[in-house]
Amino acid sequence: MSKVYDVLIIGAGPAGLSAGIYAGRARLSTLIIEKEKDGGQIVLTSEVENYPGCLEGESGPTLVDRMAEQAKHFGVEKVYDEIVEVKLEGKEKILIGKKGEYKGKAVIIASGATSRPIGCPGEKTYTGKGVSYCATCDAAFFEDLEVFVVGGGDTAVEEALYLTKFARKVSIIHRRNELRAAKSIREKAEANPKIHFIWDSVVKEIKGDGIVNSIVLENVKTKELTEIVADEDDMTFGIFVFIGYEPKTKIFEGILDIENGYLVTDDNMKTNIEGVFAAGDVRVKSLRQVVTAAADGAIAAVQAEKYIETL
Amino acid sequence: MLVLDKTNFETEVLQGEGYIFVDFFGDGCAPCEALMPHVEKLAEKYGDKLKFTKLNTTKARRVAIGQKVLGLPVIAIYKDGEKIEELVKDDATPENIEAMIQKYI
Repeated sequence: MSKVYDVLIIGAGPAGLSAGIYAGRARLSTLIIEKEKDGGQIVLTSEVENYPGCLEGESGPTLVDRMAEQAKHFGVEKVYDEIVEVKLEGKEKILIGKKGEYKGKAVIIASGATSRPIGCPGEKTYTGKGVSYCATCDAAFFEDLEVFVVGGGDTAVEEALYLTKFARKVSIIHRRNELRAAKSIREKAEANPKIHFIWDSVVKEIKGDGIVNSIVLENVKTKELTEIVADEDDMTFGIFVFIGYEPKTKIFEGILDIENGYLVTDDNMKTNIEGVFAAGDVRVKSLRQVVTAAADGAIAAVQAEKYIETL
Repeated sequence: MLVLDKTNFETEVLQGEGYIFVDFFGDGCAPCEALMPHVEKLAEKYGDKLKFTKLNTTKARRVAIGQKVLGLPVIAIYKDGEKIEELVKDDATPENIEAMIQKYI
């Protein structure tokens, strides 16, 4: 008989780690199951300026490392496995991974989301060949080269600012004629001489020859197409895509309530199945940030504890 | 694993004979860091059958771009100096890497 944990947590991002910290501290036997790497989306972020207590120089990885350390300190166990099937009904929940089966009384789903692709021809072919979703991973390749950033939200503009440390010129391609990013970030971008804007435009195609050397844009108002070809001396340029996220909820389809791909919960992070909670980017909510992920995780863990007491 | 740099990539990989495994990584690349322990384990397991190497691209940008590597991590297999297969970014999972290794040993 394998061990039955009090709480099983899927995902070791800020939501999952925060749930782990609260569950571990409440002396619940807790297992976090992480598919690949700790931290989720935030490890791809160069600078975290808006999480309370984070001062200058805090990056996604440094913040998450401390969260993971904190969870470990409270006795939370962790295993690296990808959950492929779930049995959530009843008092004993079973998560089936590629490597093993995990049993728990309560489950907190904090599986997060991944970067949303543009979905245009050439994007997949040139991923890692000029197309990137991770500035901290790939910015250094574009030192003194040109870079395009697709998107107009906080993440897009913050990463564009980070990219100016490397690239010669950073052009933000946005489908509207103004940025959606917070004012403070917007002002920094507007004041940065390396940042340029291409408004009302979407990416229609990415072309290249082994590596990216051209991008085709469409003006959404005039429907006019423009092809931008890499400078001959440069041979290439970077295309960094930050146009939102896709939640990782495929394995819960037909089992849990899902809206536009996101898991539906109440204010206490409860899903439609007793003892199953969701936290962080994976659930329907208005603001997807580290601070709200951490809050979700805490609430879910406390609610899981309450639920376990009733068993 | 043999640590490569911009001075020995040419001799160790491009002029190398047989199958050579290369892990392209970089400073500040969290996915690369997460992947490295898995790669080290595979190097231990298959090290007698395949030459395992790794290159920090942050210090060898031109070499990487020359190999059409513009995004990390990339795990590649070279044969007689030619890149014959690679796993890029999300495709570079421990399972996929092991499956790729098994094709060439």
